[in-house]
Amino acid sequence: MSQKNWNLEPSLESAALLKLQDQYELFIDGKWQAPLSKKYFDSINPSDESKLAKIAWANEADTDVAVKAARAAYENVWSKMSGAQRGKYLFRIARLMQEQAKELAILETLDGGKPIRESRDVDIPLACNHFFYYAGWADKLQEAFAGQQISSLGVAAQITPWNFPLLMLAWKVAPALACGNTVVLKPAETTSLTALKFAEICQQAGLPAGVVNIVTGYGDTGAALVAHTDIDKIAFTGSTAVGKQIQKACLGTSKKLTLELGGKSANIILEDAPIDQAVEGVINAIFFNQGHVCCAGSRLYVQESIAAQVLDKLKFRLQSIYVGNPLDKNTDIGAINSKKQLETIERYIKLGIAEGGQIYQPTCELPTKGYYFKPTLFTDVAQSATIAQEEIFGPVLTIQTFRTMEEVIQKANNSPYGLAAGIWTDKGSRIFGLSQQLRAGVVWANTYNKFDPASPFGGYKESGFGREGGRHGLSAYLKFSN
Amino acid sequence: MLTSFSSSDIAALIAKSPTVDQIGILERVARIQTRSIKGASKIQGLKIALSMIDLTTLEGKDTPSKVRQLCYKAQHLHDQAPGLPMVAAVCVYPTMVKEAKKALGNSGIKVASVSTAFPSGQAPFEVKKIDTLYALENGADEIDMVISRGRFLAGDYQFIYDEIAAIKELCTSARLKVIFETGELDSLDQVRKISDLAIVAGADFIKTSTGKIQPAATFPVVLTMLGSIKDHFDRTGQMIGMKPAGGISSSKLALQHLLLVKEVLGEAWLTNEWYRFGASSLANDLLMQYQKQLTGKYQSAAYFSIG
Repeated sequence: MSQKNWNLEPSLESAALLKLQDQYELFIDGKWQAPLSKKYFDSINPSDESKLAKIAWANEADTDVAVKAARAAYENVWSKMSGAQRGKYLFRIARLMQEQAKELAILETLDGGKPIRESRDVDIPLACNHFFYYAGWADKLQEAFAGQQISSLGVAAQITPWNFPLLMLAWKVAPALACGNTVVLKPAETTSLTALKFAEICQQAGLPAGVVNIVTGYGDTGAALVAHTDIDKIAFTGSTAVGKQIQKACLGTSKKLTLELGGKSANIILEDAPIDQAVEGVINAIFFNQGHVCCAGSRLYVQESIAAQVLDKLKFRLQSIYVGNPLDKNTDIGAINSKKQLETIERYIKLGIAEGGQIYQPTCELPTKGYYFKPTLFTDVAQSATIAQEEIFGPVLTIQTFRTMEEVIQKANNSPYGLAAGIWTDKGSRIFGLSQQLRAGVVWANTYNKFDPASPFGGYKESGFGREGGRHGLSAYLKFSN
Repeated sequence: MLTSFSSSDIAALIAKSPTVDQIGILERVARIQTRSIKGASKIQGLKIALSMIDLTTLEGKDTPSKVRQLCYKAQHLHDQAPGLPMVAAVCVYPTMVKEAKKALGNSGIKVASVSTAFPSGQAPFEVKKIDTLYALENGADEIDMVISRGRFLAGDYQFIYDEIAAIKELCTSARLKVIFETGELDSLDQVRKISDLAIVAGADFIKTSTGKIQPAATFPVVLTMLGSIKDHFDRTGQMIGMKPAGGISSSKLALQHLLLVKEVLGEAWLTNEWYRFGASSLANDLLMQYQKQLTGKYQSAAYFSIG
């Protein structure tokens, strides 16, 4: 019996569970407050370009109200509360997030375009775990920094990116609250909804008013927040360009700063690697979340003796990747987060071709509405080519070959960034040797994109400074004095 | 015609056999297992899986009567539901081949016979050949041989190559399935090595297990074997079949197998010419799920005849 063309029919997660409001206000001092700016913007579903909700656009005056609320909550309530008590609130938030995980996952997918498989299996569970993890630290801070005098900082301004909206919120809010600080958070303008949903969860948890404030808006909102004089700490995750502006704005102030910025991470396959698993790892490293990952393994280096085989296998594998509606449970690559980002990717693709790169894309069909881009490979890429140097932040992989270890170390480190790297080899000694010489904040061996609340994350060079996650993540939210 | 491998060729082949990372394999499997197979794709998948079954009875207490009943079941899976395919083959011991052949007549269903002192393989080589010839002379269309696992684990790859090649030579028109008994082989690296070796020695199919040892056809083992088949195909253009056997008793598992095959090898393998399930209880679970898809209701097991 010959059987051809067995294809999976769409298996859509139902969005009926969601109760979205038509309009969202600012979340300040435990209440929903209309913006003094009187301005709103639309949040768009990138998978079909439909409008999801109207969202308040905070101006300078609004951020001032939010910072004042955070200051008052810090002085009067949160800084005076025992660590154990703060921990109770964090545990409560974590449990509420877990209970509403499905709703959060669907919302994250609708708002940002990422496949439901990822928001369901990665984003939301990890975000919950971060709250559980830091809840546990809240009453053990002195044990974490034995022999040191520690205290909370005050009010933290936190600006999160659009690639992992709720997860990045968790990375920032959980350690800040555990250490006794209050926060004003500004989510990215294209993905505010899970942060607003998180505000509802804070209310359900009975979190004292003003401990968490959420001001939505564009870059001007973020700039106003950063410039506010009554901020003690700024935590930013996003592009290197904006990171540099923030750093400049902080010059001459006592604001403590952590930046988690871009990357152009090298993924290195040595000839003795488990090839099929390495190929799978490369796929996960670059196509996870449409490549909208700061630590995406976007530069592949393959040892020459296996380069042809690896390339063939990558091309074959691309053919079985499902690109399409992010709410389909079988989708591997969903929608590009915004029209603007799609245009950025397209611009880099043109540049890559113009610079002599050979492009390969599978023959999959893309939905007609919404922002989509096929998974893309580039071969014949020079180290000096723009697409091998600059962060594309999309599903685009550049492939280069190398002959010796010395050569690949040089090439991998030859980048303004230094966020992450991957090594694929069967030899433990090579893993240790290479990982000591690669200038990257995280080095994964025979795996990629593995995150855990207990493990610190952060970069070198233009990828930023400071560490988030683990015990290290606490120190970014504490003052150390002798 | 097979090219004969010298002992140095075999040593080189084993040395070049790629390593397998167990964690990576588990992740790939987990990815397949989160796929959602629904509606029309599920109905089609259930039918494909049914057509791939080697309906099996391999017991010490097998009798001609038991085999005749199984052969009837093979041809009439569930007459209440028209349009269902028949299974691919009936798999029996050599002594039962004649009976099975007679019972299946010209139905198109193949008779597969285990051989080479199944399941342990612990018999003199000459005896294994006689065992195989007996099955072939009685009309077996397919031979499911076992390898000498002890020799393999002792590193005697030449012996394994010769043993498979010799049985292949006897199978002039029959297709040869080579059973590794992966539950005895310790690691995925070993599974990959034996897959590479069996394929060059002349296996038409590679098969995980006898069904007598646990664990049997686990997904990591199957994925490792599929990797060997894929690499061989990429090198030579020659397709090799795959038969997981033992432990695949639910429709869900069977459908996940199909998806794994589709993604790792491609749709060309989605036929019973290249993929088989060695199973005895899988058929009824597939039928039950099929009925559920058609009627929206689960029926009691009492409405599905046992083999």
